[in-house]
Formats: sequence, structure tokens, C-alpha cells
Amino acid sequence: MEIDIMTIIVGGLLAIGLFFFLAGAIGIIRFPDFYSRLHPAGMIDSMGLLLSMSGLALFTLFDGGLCLASVLNSLKIALIVVFVYITSPTATHAIIDAGMRAGLKPWTKKRNPQSK
Amino acid sequence: MEQVILYSGIALALIMALSLYRTLVGPTILDRLIGVNAIGSETTVLLIIIGVLYKKVDMFIDIALAYALLNFIAVLASARYFHKRKGLSDESNDY
Repeated sequence: MEIDIMTIIVGGLLAIGLFFFLAGAIGIIRFPDFYSRLHPAGMIDSMGLLLSMSGLALFTLFDGGLCLASVLNSLKIALIVVFVYITSPTATHAIIDAGMRAGLKPWTKKRNPQSK
Repeated sequence: MEQVILYSGIALALIMALSLYRTLVGPTILDRLIGVNAIGSETTVLLIIIGVLYKKVDMFIDIALAYALLNFIAVLASARYFHKRKGLSDESNDY
């Protein structure tokens, strides 16, 4: 594959986005409690999505020339990112609301001494 | 350039298997909701990667947009459904 400037930029963006996806997925597994697991889940929704989507938007913009169709496609990808940025906090809030009302108490060092 | 995108799509699929673990094991129902939410947002990116690979980006972008919408609605609906359940607290203190 020819290494031109676009490959480097899009490949770099995708790599960093994948790093955030990986970090979020590992965080979701390792964190001790439901409430603390929401933080890496939020990280996946925000940073991972933003970086990989912007990489893909750049790729669709410059792949096969800069015509109106590719501009519209990358604008739609940006629209997806904006939409997820608006709805992800709302979904997280709804989950936490359901958890608090169902009586799920947050994990604390005092309340869970035996776990590390 | 397609190889870079293909390999990142494969890596993304493996990462989705990681967050599947929380969906299967999660002590409470809401933990499973987190896993499903994470898989949903990863599928949105995977859909666009597939679109790029099959040279049909405009079709797959609409599918990814619809998928992001559905993922949000699903999380809201299930959070609202588990609103009244009182059995969550004793399930979660078993670790």
C-alpha cells in the first residue's frame, strides 16, 4: 500500500481511537462496581468514537476525489458523532437513575474491605 | 489504505469480544446494560468500516446512524424498565 500523507493521518487516528476502545473495554471488565464501570463506558462512547469516526470521515472525504458526495458522507459521519455525544450522557444518566432507585449502593473501601 | 482499515476493523471486533465478557458475567442487570451499550457504540464504527471496505459508504453510514439511534433508545427503554425492580441491590454485593 502506498504510504502517503492520508494513510498516515487516517491510520494514526484509527490507531488512537482503537487504543481508547481497548482501554474502555478493559476498564469495563476490571472496575469493581457498576457505577465506576460507567466511566470507561463513557470513554468508549466519547473519545474512541470521536477519533475513529474522524479518521473514517477524513478517509471518505479524500477517497476518490473531493466531490459533493464524499463531503456529504463525511458530514453524515460527523453528524453521527454529534448525535452520540448528545445521547450518551443521557443514556448514562438513565442507567444511574435506575441503579440508584433500585437501591444499588456504590462500592466503597469501607463497605467492601475484602476485595483489593 | 484498505489494509489499514481492514486490520482496525478486525481489532475492533476483538475488542467487542472483550466487552461481551461484562455482558455475560455482569452481576447485576445494569452491568449487562453497560456491556450492551459499549458493544452498540463499537458496532457503529464497525458498520462504517465495513461500508468503506465494500465501497458502499453512503448506504452503511445511514445504517450506522440508525444503529446509534436504536442503541440509545434500547438503553433508555431498558433503564426505564428496570426502574421499579427492587431485587438489584442484593444481587450486586456478591463479589
